[in-house]
Amino acid sequence: MATWHLQINGNERVVEAESDTPLLWVLRDSLQLVGTKYGCGVGLCGSCTVHLDGAPVRSCQLPVSAVGAAQVTTIEGLAPQGTLTALQQAWVDLDVAQCGYCQAGQLMSAAALLAKTPHPDDAAIDAAMGGNLCRCATYTRVRAAIHHAAKGGAR
Amino acid sequence: MISRRELITVGLAAGGGLLIGCVTPRVGGPAPATPVEPPAPLPDFAPHAYVRIAATGAVTLIAKNPEVGQGVKTSLPMLIAEELEVPWESVTIEQAKLDPVFGRQVAGGSMATTLHYDELRRLGAVARTVLVNAAASTWKVPSSECRASEGAVLHDATGRRAPYGTLLEVAAALPVPKPSDVTLKDPKDFKILGRRIGGVDNPKIVTGQPLFGIDQRLPGLRFAVYEKCPVFGGAVKGANLDEVKALPGVREAFVLTGTQDKFGLLPGVAIVADSTWAAFKARRALKVDWVLPDVKRSGTSGELARDANALRGQPPATLVRNDGDVAKALARGGKKLEASYHAPMMSHATLEPQNCTALFKDGVLEFWAPTQNPAAGQELVCKTLGLAPSAVVIHLVRAGGGFGRRLLNDSLVEVGALAQRLEGTPVQVIWEREQDLQHDFYRPEAFHHLEAALDAKGRLSAWKDHFVTFGLDQAQTPGNGGDVDFDELPARFVEHYQLGRTILPTHVPMGWWRAPGSCTTAWAVQSFLDELAFAAKVDPLTFRLGLLGDARQLPVKNPRLRPYDTGRMKGALELVAQKCGWGRRLERGRGLGLAFHYCHHGYVAVAAQVQVSKQGALKVEQLWAAVDVGPIVNRSGAENQVQGSMLDGLSSAWLQEVTLADGRVQQVNFADYPLLRLPDAPPIEVHFIESNVPPTGLGEPALPPTAPALCNAIFSATGQRVRQLPLLKANLRWS
Ligand code: FES
Ligand code: FES
Repeated sequence: MATWHLQINGNERVVEAESDTPLLWVLRDSLQLVGTKYGCGVGLCGSCTVHLDGAPVRSCQLPVSAVGAAQVTTIEGLAPQGTLTALQQAWVDLDVAQCGYCQAGQLMSAAALLAKTPHPDDAAIDAAMGGNLCRCATYTRVRAAIHHAAKGGAR
Repeated sequence: MISRRELITVGLAAGGGLLIGCVTPRVGGPAPATPVEPPAPLPDFAPHAYVRIAATGAVTLIAKNPEVGQGVKTSLPMLIAEELEVPWESVTIEQAKLDPVFGRQVAGGSMATTLHYDELRRLGAVARTVLVNAAASTWKVPSSECRASEGAVLHDATGRRAPYGTLLEVAAALPVPKPSDVTLKDPKDFKILGRRIGGVDNPKIVTGQPLFGIDQRLPGLRFAVYEKCPVFGGAVKGANLDEVKALPGVREAFVLTGTQDKFGLLPGVAIVADSTWAAFKARRALKVDWVLPDVKRSGTSGELARDANALRGQPPATLVRNDGDVAKALARGGKKLEASYHAPMMSHATLEPQNCTALFKDGVLEFWAPTQNPAAGQELVCKTLGLAPSAVVIHLVRAGGGFGRRLLNDSLVEVGALAQRLEGTPVQVIWEREQDLQHDFYRPEAFHHLEAALDAKGRLSAWKDHFVTFGLDQAQTPGNGGDVDFDELPARFVEHYQLGRTILPTHVPMGWWRAPGSCTTAWAVQSFLDELAFAAKVDPLTFRLGLLGDARQLPVKNPRLRPYDTGRMKGALELVAQKCGWGRRLERGRGLGLAFHYCHHGYVAVAAQVQVSKQGALKVEQLWAAVDVGPIVNRSGAENQVQGSMLDGLSSAWLQEVTLADGRVQQVNFADYPLLRLPDAPPIEVHFIESNVPPTGLGEPALPPTAPALCNAIFSATGQRVRQLPLLKANLRWS
């Protein structure tokens, strides 16, 4: 066991964990941030996507020892408490979710896309979102909600 | 004051049925002991188990069924809210736990709308009626002069208005009418039903709040994995338990002998740890010596397929249906066609792997279970662990997908066994993806050896299907969800029809997979019909409409089902043909395909447009659906279900199969069991035909026609007929 000082959603959090523990399980089991989901454990589904200094990463593939001083953003920290980003609001407005299990990962990938490309075309959405599986196949609404948010949420 | 818990007890004592009409809840407890104490707040008004109204006017509605992504946590309370006359935006939805007061609590068979549309509207109307009566008696006017609107009762003649919260004390003293005695709203006055309403959990989903099975956190929670034999039916001889127990973060490791029930508690090794990661890591270090069952031929997919294909032209083990004289009709002159269709086994692959959380304390085993069928889970737990139903409490938590997987409660009984052993300590069992894929209850493999004849006018005159599928062990019983319906098309639409069935025994447990039976049968039937249309040189739409014939109601054998309405089926087919522009000329390499299917009371026709490159690369350009399930409850949820089930049909037909080698499943994770990805998901148009029939469910019926529409489109693009799935393995090259 070692002690880690992590920058999570703007706060320093101190955790005890084996150095090979994926960030996913530190978030879920040590910090009770259960919004980040486990789907495959091998980097194939995108359910566990978080931001590391703004870039989307698969937290199941990132050992806690490799996080260092990077700023980690999880779904819980995407917007200040009690508020929603335009993207989250688009997800609510367009009722994207079915079971909802993949949606934290979808949102984190989409948020990273919009941060770099505020007005993505379909090809950019394909490239950014192709690694996020949705077993319920909400893909048509995921695409629509990204466009919706990019347009400023106007219906 | 009577709490809801007590109400339920009373209701049960009165025979276990619904409370309505059985008891009259009362409000207003004993007077405060001393006048100086602040008055106790008025208790909630609860005319029955589904509605609670607080003195503040806050309305809580109970969502009775498990939510697995099919939208019932939203759509069922909408039915109550509509008749209760409360603004949807003002209500709070609460998930029920397993409780006999709610009757059937199952997420399965697309049944929630079918079973509860009328019932839940009536329950809303019961509560509204009591409140209207309460206002009328307060104002000393006839109830008929009062009406409810926006959470209040109005007396238009005098302009008086009483919010529901002000009527509770009076209402609680009034009799509760029987659901059959209340008046329902005229659908033209609906304010909630038929609208687009977002899922009630959306705000939590988009902010990552705890909701799902694996999100459950209790103080002192331990995390566990449970390793089972990779060959179905195996048992534990021994394991390196001491080594595993010495690993960091591991609390305990032990063997469970399990039971003989292949759908229950299997033999295995449990590892209990302080964190999920510690449990997963310990599992990698676990070495189990298994007692392997003898699986011989039944353990390898290639061998099973060879056996199934050898049955082509052979008599079936069981003659399921035999109309007219098929042999004679096939022997007559005219055009004859033969083809064999083969759909593989399939896993459910819910994105949230199987998991469950439990605590055994003071003789009570309490679960937080993402299950589709909690009552069956309770029964399994009682039987396996020797507990009375009253000692098994099941809280329903949102499940990250079901698709039929969670109708079976193996994860529930696993964690129950562990919790019993760890008495006093809560424990969560979570399956790694590999375990989830390799210990599923698979969709049974399906082979259809088809023969048919056309008469001189190019009409279908005879149809014969020797259907071969898998069963568990020796009996001639198909695996769960693997059978063909007795009334499956084209039965009843062709004079000479025969359906035979042979079951190949395997040792693999099988389970219902979204639109069971239909999901493979529709593909074979609608593909072969397409072959026949081309053989007859008749347009595939015209051929299908001709087969359905005049609009009429056909009786069905299953007494639980309504008659088959050929007019509704034709209506869907004609609408989808119109919407997709059927008959358009497309260049080679592009094609349109059609298919239709009826199941779960739903009539759905699908059209697909594909593009296939000369090298055989497939692009699905667009899908259309015309859906007749009667009036739509929640337009947003309904459209989501239709699109999702169509893409599920596309994903499975294109990409997925489960294969066996030496008795074990070969697929390991999403690399070799791929799911459809966003770039490959086409746009989908959904058109609802909203007739006045009682509405039915949408979790499944749009799935079965999608694969055949797709394959028929591929044929029209390339001339290649796909008779084996998944498409990924088919050669679609053309020149
Ligand atoms: S859980 Fe990390 S990519 Fe699937
Ligand atoms: S909404 Fe169910 S997995 Fe995406």
